[in-house]
Order: sequence, then C-alpha cells, then structure tokens
Amino acid sequence: MTYVRPKFRHPELPKNKLGYTLSYYEGALSTLCAGCGHDSISAAIVQSCYEMDIEPHKVAKLSGIGCSSKTPAYFLSNSHGFNSVHGRMPSVATGAYMANRDLIYFGVSGDGDTASIGMGQFVHAVRRNLKMVYVVMNNGCYGLTKGQDSATADLGSKSKAGSVNPFEGIDLCGLALELGANFVAQSFSGDKHQLTPLIKAAINHNGFALINVISPCVTFNNNPGSTKSYDYVRQHIQTTGMADFVPIAETIEANYNEGTHKKIQMHDGSFLTLNKLAQDWDPTDRMSAVNALHASRAKHEVLTGLIYLNAQGKDLHNVLNSAATPLNTLKEDVLCPGNDALKGINEEMR
Amino acid sequence: MKPTDFKDPEYYHKVVDCQHACPAHTPVPEYIRQIAAGDYTSAYMINWDSNVFPGVLGRTCDRPCEPACRRGRVEEEPVAICRLKRVAADNKNADDVKALMPKGPFKSNGKKVALVGAGPASLTVARDLAPIGYEIHLFDELKAGGGFMRSQIPSFRLPEQVLNDEVNYILDLGIKQHFNHYVKSLKDLLAQDYDAVFVGSGAPLGRDLPDLPGRKEGGANIHIGINWLASVAFEHTSKIGKKVIVLGGGNTAMDCCRTSRRLGGEEVKVIVRSPFAEMKASPWEKEDAIHEDIPIIDNHVPKSFVVENGKLKGMMFEKVQAVYENGKRKLVPVGGPDVFFEADDVLCAIGQENSFPWIERDIAIEFDKWNMPVVNETTFQSTNKKVFFGGDAAFGPKNVITAVAHGHQAAISMHLFCMGMDLVADRPAPHVNLMHMKMGIHEWAYDSEVEPDLRYAVPQADKKLTLSNRMKEVELGFNLETGFKEAQRCLNCDVQTVFTESKCIECDACMDICPTACITFTENVETEEEMRKTLKAPATNLTQDILVSDLLPGTKRVMVKDENVCLHCGLCAERCPTSAWDMQKFFYNVTKAGKICQEPVLK
Ligand SMILES: Cc1cc2nc3c(=O)[nH]c(=O)nc-3n(C[C@H](O)[C@H](O)[C@H](O)COP(=O)(O)OP(=O)(O)OC[C@H]3O[C@@H](n4cnc5c(N)ncnc54)[C@H](O)[C@@H]3O)c2cc1C
Ligand SMILES: Cc1ncc(C[n+]2csc(CCOP(=O)(O)OP(=O)(O)O)c2C)c(N)n1
Ligand code: SF4
Ligand code: SF4
Ligand code: SF4
Ligand SMILES: [Mg+2]
Repeated sequence: MTYVRPKFRHPELPKNKLGYTLSYYEGALSTLCAGCGHDSISAAIVQSCYEMDIEPHKVAKLSGIGCSSKTPAYFLSNSHGFNSVHGRMPSVATGAYMANRDLIYFGVSGDGDTASIGMGQFVHAVRRNLKMVYVVMNNGCYGLTKGQDSATADLGSKSKAGSVNPFEGIDLCGLALELGANFVAQSFSGDKHQLTPLIKAAINHNGFALINVISPCVTFNNNPGSTKSYDYVRQHIQTTGMADFVPIAETIEANYNEGTHKKIQMHDGSFLTLNKLAQDWDPTDRMSAVNALHASRAKHEVLTGLIYLNAQGKDLHNVLNSAATPLNTLKEDVLCPGNDALKGINEEMR
Repeated sequence: MKPTDFKDPEYYHKVVDCQHACPAHTPVPEYIRQIAAGDYTSAYMINWDSNVFPGVLGRTCDRPCEPACRRGRVEEEPVAICRLKRVAADNKNADDVKALMPKGPFKSNGKKVALVGAGPASLTVARDLAPIGYEIHLFDELKAGGGFMRSQIPSFRLPEQVLNDEVNYILDLGIKQHFNHYVKSLKDLLAQDYDAVFVGSGAPLGRDLPDLPGRKEGGANIHIGINWLASVAFEHTSKIGKKVIVLGGGNTAMDCCRTSRRLGGEEVKVIVRSPFAEMKASPWEKEDAIHEDIPIIDNHVPKSFVVENGKLKGMMFEKVQAVYENGKRKLVPVGGPDVFFEADDVLCAIGQENSFPWIERDIAIEFDKWNMPVVNETTFQSTNKKVFFGGDAAFGPKNVITAVAHGHQAAISMHLFCMGMDLVADRPAPHVNLMHMKMGIHEWAYDSEVEPDLRYAVPQADKKLTLSNRMKEVELGFNLETGFKEAQRCLNCDVQTVFTESKCIECDACMDICPTACITFTENVETEEEMRKTLKAPATNLTQDILVSDLLPGTKRVMVKDENVCLHCGLCAERCPTSAWDMQKFFYNVTKAGKICQEPVLK
C-alpha cells in the first residue's frame, strides 16, 4: 500500500521572480476525497501565490473546522497557519491582523463554517473590513460530518439520500454586499482560469475580499438533483466576465477595448481589467451588483466572476488608526513609556 | 488535434522507453519487478525469450535502453538495467531454467536450413526455429559457437563459462554443428537441399593503415586489433611489449588496451583522432580503461610508424582540433611540431568492415556500391529469396543485441518463407495485453511508490588481481541487496495511465496532484506544436508523445498528458473519483517464429 507523493518535479518548471518554482508553494498531500472541489481551490491558491511572487513566510493561513478548513494543510507549507475552532476563524484573524498588519491573511472556510455556526463571526469580519482574503469553499453541505444540508444549500436541492431542502439558501455574496464588503467575487472550483486572477486581485485588495467558490462535495453532494454538483454548476454557470490582475509594473495588454472591458485601479496602482460579458452591470456600482445577483438567482443561474469592487475603502487598521508596526517587533521602550507618562495619563483621569 | 489512438500497441510501447529502445524489445520493467520480487528464474526467462543471452548481455550489452530510461530524465542517472539483467542470470535456478526451455527432440517439419557463422544472430535463428521442427545446420570456421562474443569480447568482461552455458542452451536443442568449417562458397551451399540459408557471418575485417610510412618495416609489431584479440582469446598470443599504443576510440580499442595491460603492457596508451567526448566507446568502457591506468590521448592523428634498425620504436602524430562547420566535424591541424610516442607494439583498433569473399556475385544476391548485400530492413531477405542476412553481416557492425533482434526477425521470415506465406502481410503482430492494477483503495498490484535514490555502482574486483589474470572478471555484479535497491529505482513505465474521457467529470484532481505536471485540461487547438506550448509545463521533449483525449463531456475541452516525465506513480488514478484514469499493466512482446504456428495469423 502506498500513498505518497513523489518528490520528483518536472525538471523544466519555470521559476518566479523570487526564484521559486510552483512546488515551493505546495503543501502536504491532501487527505480529502478524490475529486473534492476543495483540492482544486488549494491548487488555485498555490498558483496565485507563485504568480504573485509572494514569499510564503509572509502569509498566514487561518481556518475553522470542516473539510474546507483542513485545506490550509495542503497548500503553502512554508507559511504560518492557525486551524481554529468551528466558525471562529474570523476572531483569530482579527486578533492576528491587529497584532501584525504586515502579513497576507488567507481565511479559508466552508459554507457550514461560515454560514451556519460562524455566521455571527463572519458578518463582523466583513463589517470591520479586515484586510484579508476570505475564501468560502461552498459545497452546500457539511462534508466533514457526512453531508448534511448547510445553510447555503439552495431551496429544492436534493441530497444524496433523496431529501429535498425546504429552506432558502443564504447568498453569501449578497450578504457581504449588504454588509459593505468592497471586494465580492464568486467562482467555481472547476474553473481555475477564472478563479486564479480573482484570488490574485483579492490578495492585492486593501480590505476584506470575499471569494465564494462553489466547490462540489464529490462524495455527499454530487448527485443528480443537487444544485452544487459538477454537472449542475457547469450547466447553470454564467460569467460576469474574465478578470485579469495586472500588477503595477506591467502594462495592460494591447487587446484591451474600452467598450467591452473595464479597468479598475486598485489602491496601490495595480489594475484589475475585466472583460465584461454582462453589459447591463457595473462592477463598481454596489446597487448594480446586487441587482445582477438577484437577477441571476431568479434565472437559476450561478453567477461567477468579479461581482463588486470598490478599491478605495479603509481597512480596519486605518479606521482605528492603530500601530503600523507589528506588535512582536515593538520594543520595550515603545510599549512601556515609563513612569512619567503613566503619571500624565493618571492626571488626565482625575 | 485529433484524439490519440492509444489502441495502437505502439503508443504504449513507446511509453516504455527502455523496452522501446531495446532492439529486441525486451520487456524490461516486467523482469525488473521479478528481480525485486526475488524471482530470478522468471526474470531470466523473460530475458531469454527476448534477448537469448541474458548472462552475456547482463555484462556486455551496449545498453541502448539506459540512455532512454525515464529515470534519467527526472534524476541524474538511469536505472542500471543491464547489470540487473546480470543479477537475474547470476541468481537463476539453473535446473528450473533448463526445465522451462523447450526440450527436444522436436517433431520434424521436414524443412532444413543452413546458418553461416555461429554468432549471436545465427544462434538466435537456431533457437527460434529448432523447436518448431527445423533441421538446423550451423557452420563456423571457429572451433566453438558464439562468434565475436567468444573471439572478441575478453574474458575479464565475459567469463567463458557464462558464454558456454548460454551457447549450449541453444546447441542442446538438437542443432547440427559444423565447427572448424569455413564455408567457402555460398553457391555450393545453395546447391544442397537447404530450404533457406541464413548469413550471420559478421563483419570480420579489421581496418589497417596500409599506407602509413613505416607500416611494412614495423609490421612484426603492428597488429590488427580484432585479429589480435581473437588470437589472445584462442591462446595463440600471450604476451605484448611493455610500451603499447592502441589506435582508435571505439570499444575495440578499449578491449585492446585493457587486454594489453594483462599481457605485460606497462605503459599502454590509447591515442585517438577525435576529441575525448566524441569517441565511439561507451562512457563506462572509457572509465574502466582509465581506471586501469591507461591514458586516453585525444586529438592526435597518426602520421607515421617510426622504425629503427628494423625495429618499431614508436609513432609520430599530428595534433589537431575539431572544428564544426554546418554541423560537420573537421579535424584541423593546430600547427607546431609532430609529437612522438614510444611503443614496442601498436594495435590498430580503428574499425571493422564486412567482407564476403565466399559469396559469389552470380547467385542473384545483389550488392550495393559499398559492396554490401541489399537486404530488406523488415524481412532481412536478400534479393535471392532463399538467402537471409542478419547481425553485423546485414548492415555493418553493431552489437550483440542488434544481432539477436535481427535473428528473431530473420527466423520469422525464414519460417514464413518455408511455409509459403507472405513475408510482410503474414508477419505476426506483437503480443500485447493490458491488465488492471487496482487492488483496493491506495492499493496497486505494483509498487507505485517513487523515491529519490541515486544509481548504485557495480563493485569491481581488486585491480591487482584482475590485471594479473586476463580470465578474472572485473565486475563483480550487484549482490542481492543492492540488486533489489537498484530494481526499486525502476519507475514501472509499463504500468500505463489509461484515460477514459466519458468518465471524466473535470474535477482537476489528477492535474493538481500530478507531481510532474504531466496533465493539463485545455481548449483543443489545431496542431501539436501549438498544444505543446499551452501545457502546464512546456512539453519540449519532442521524442516523447503527448496523449490527447477526445472532447470531454462537460466542457468540450480536452485532456492532454505529456508522457515525458510521468513517474507512473498512479496518483492521478488514485485521486480520480470516477476511475477515468486507470493504471493498467501493458505487456508487449515481440512475437517469435515459434509462436506463428501456435497462434494462427488472422488475416
Ligand atoms: C573487440 C570487440 C568487442 C565487442 N564488444 C561488444 C560488447 O561488449 N557488447 C556488444 O553488444 N557487442 C560487442 N561487440 C560487437 C559484437 O561482438 C558483434 O556486433 C556481434 O557479435 C555480431 O554478431 P553476428 O552474429 O552478426 O556475428 P559475429 O559475432 O561476428 O559472428 C560471426 C561468425 O561467423 C563466422 N564466419 C564468418 N564467415 C564465415 C564463413 N564463411 N564460414 C564459416 N564461418 C564464418 C565467424 O568466425 C564468426 O564466428 C564487440 C566487437 C568487437 C570487435
Ligand atoms: C463547535 C462544533 N460544532 C460542530 C462540529 C461538527 N462539525 C465539524 S465540521 C462541520 C461542518 C463543516 O461544514 P463546512 O464548513 O461546510 O465544511 P465542509 O466539510 O463542507 O468543507 C461540523 C458541523 C464541530 N467540529 N465543532
Ligand atoms: S466529504 Fe465532500 S467536502 Fe469533504 S473531502 Fe470529501 S468530497 Fe470534499
Ligand atoms: S502516474 Fe499520473 S500522477 Fe503520476 S506522474 Fe504520471 S500522470 Fe502524473
Ligand atoms: S481526476 Fe478523474 S474525473 Fe477528475 S479531472 Fe482527472 S480524470 Fe477527470
Ligand atoms: Mg461545506
């Protein structure tokens, strides 16, 4: 019996600007079911970090509980990680982010972890605009506990056992828009071409970036009648357009067309260009994005792509005007200003 | 692109790089697995069926399989395929092996053939035809069978016993032996009642330097390499001078210099015209020579033999350098005075030629402008329908394994010819088989784990010992433990990744897990050239095929797999939820003459 990933890699793998090949961004061998959409999202995260020349030690991966929340073990082995309690990833992320704003935060969660037990936490992370990428690996069920319907399961979706879900599903993108999120995207694990540039743009976004990725649970929710199966999603997918993330140093490609394309400048000067397929929607207009979501839902479509982007928002640190230096590098003289300062403060309180 | 036709046995055959590169297409990974399992007898028999001389070849083969080995593309060095063959040969059970071989007397089919020369080519024909009832007459001017394997390959590389055993396996099949019998006239032979004649007479003429000044005067101490080696092998020569120059850069030169070291040569040098890197000798033969304190002096062109008072003193050389023009090499003098090297004896090992003084030119055998017989490359038939050629006699000097491969094909042709069948249309297809390897979750019927592990070196006997006795074998061979470890380096390239597009749900799991980025799901494109550029890792090795699927049911894209550095680790199949990927063992075996009558050819 063997189930070990060989150490050999393709001898001609290209290297990124840091001199690393893709393999440097890999993680341990996945223990998820063969064919799980989550693994594919992990691969897209690996690809994105490689392409963005990110140093893995500058990334922190945070997750809750679930098959989805296990995935940080399967990508970026050389990064920091915290596998927290079910639904509590946003709290840990908040703490970590407040303590050190220099890291890139990857929150990885499931639909159960986010929309059921973790809903109370999720909404506050959005509302506070933590600068993080929040990926929901959304399979419409609790995969880890054998496939019970989750809160994102669509009304009428049939489970593997044959029962029909009697509740309306929570639309995480709609909710995030409502709560003021400035980066909202939706994608499909089976479409890395679309997902990878979205992740790259999300990493670069100055605030909370939600990517809700439909990610089929091949074992418990890939049956006929399920609205989160590979077949169903492929048949009902609609794309707002293909996004392309253009780093600051690069120029936008020549075939950019003002009529069909939209160019959105990000906070640091980089661009997100969007080949707009849906003409009646403006990704920089929140109302228009909400409408697009509603319209596609009414047509039983799965709308994917960038849904809304406002690059100008203020993230939590800027709102609170908190320390720019990571707390672990603050020296004693800064942290402990001395007796005179204390006296001064005490005086103010009198 | 059109979907790849992997039902064509040649598609998967090509994936088994070693087997494909082996002229006799020995099922290499199959026997390596048997060595790993400790079943040396089965490993030997698989070899014996394909290459007839596993013990000989396990020591002396030119190993075209090794440069082809996939392992060499992902790690520094290929699997030591050749020396693993020796492990099988050294450790087989001699009685079991004998019991598994065909045993005469065989029922006669009323046909009679003559084989000229008893080298590996003829012996292979004999082995393939004897069990199906042919009366076989084997002729050689030497006193025993084996051809150049006996007269040329020195005993310190190939012990006589090993050769005798394997030659005898064949002679024991009831071959009528005519040793010490030089065939003077093919015309006479054809006039006898043979149904077919095979010419396996080799390329017996060693090249000389007849026009070089001093050649005649120094003649007593100037020898033709292959004649000299034969005379050493048959114990007519047992000494050589202290200072020896060997001219030439091929394997014959290496055997000459190493043999000289064992016959009293103390300062033996190899002097060659070409640059060291371009010498014809195999790298390991050069290494072994250097190890025996034999310097190899390159870029020196012989100018003259220096003879004083009727005695050879040495040779003059001109120093040259290689210059390349339009891919062609020219050796250009670098200027400066010629260089003198002392020598008591000189051995010319500068090449061999064919020579057929015993074949009349009026017996319907056409010869080309190089005086070589015109021989069909598939059937090995000459323009005289009754006469077949093989081995070095067919297309010039090659090696033992090529001679064996020719022998198999010639035997098929001779059989078809004698049975009145068509030599091309009725040629048997290879025997192929695909077998599922899945045993359970994470369980395969082969050892799929792939670990980095560098090639193991074959231990050698002490130099003091080997240089003092020309019969003492230098290489000791792998012991069983190292043999096992080396066998484990094999990537099982015959366990194929078989793809069924109708089952694929395009979850990407296989693409994501593949350690060597072999698999890509992509839009179809027009040409292979374009496709090779769009893959996950560039498919730049054009000698390796890419497997393109039909349009996938979900997205109408295609699955493309670059075979180049696939580790055959089975992870794609392991991670595939629908078994769209399956690992299947592909067995490919060249059909031999003996199988034609057992398995009637389907038309
Ligand atoms: C020095 C040297 C070292 C070599 N080392 C290797 C090696 O390590 N590995 C390898 O793979 N190959 C090696 N080779 C090449 C290899 O030996 C030959 O390619 C191979 O033996 C060819 O086989 P064959 O059956 O065509 O003929 P041969 O082996 O050449 O046999 C031909 C036989 O025919 C006989 N014969 C010829 N004419 C007549 C006639 N008219 N009547 C009767 N008998 C006749 C000859 O006596 C000879 O015995 C070496 C060659 C040389 C010269
Ligand atoms: C506090 C707590 N309650 C319940 C559980 C049991 N539990 C483990 S995973 C899980 C659901 C996970 O669903 P989701 O987040 O969608 O992840 P998936 O496995 O589907 O990727 C539940 C309810 C738990 N581990 N902890
Ligand atoms: S149970 Fe479902 S979600 Fe969990 S690993 Fe398996 S396929 Fe993925
Ligand atoms: S067997 Fe499959 S996973 Fe392994 S290297 Fe080959 S294609 Fe990749
Ligand atoms: S793992 Fe299987 S089903 Fe998934 S993409 Fe690969 S071949 Fe298709
Ligand atoms: Mg879930």
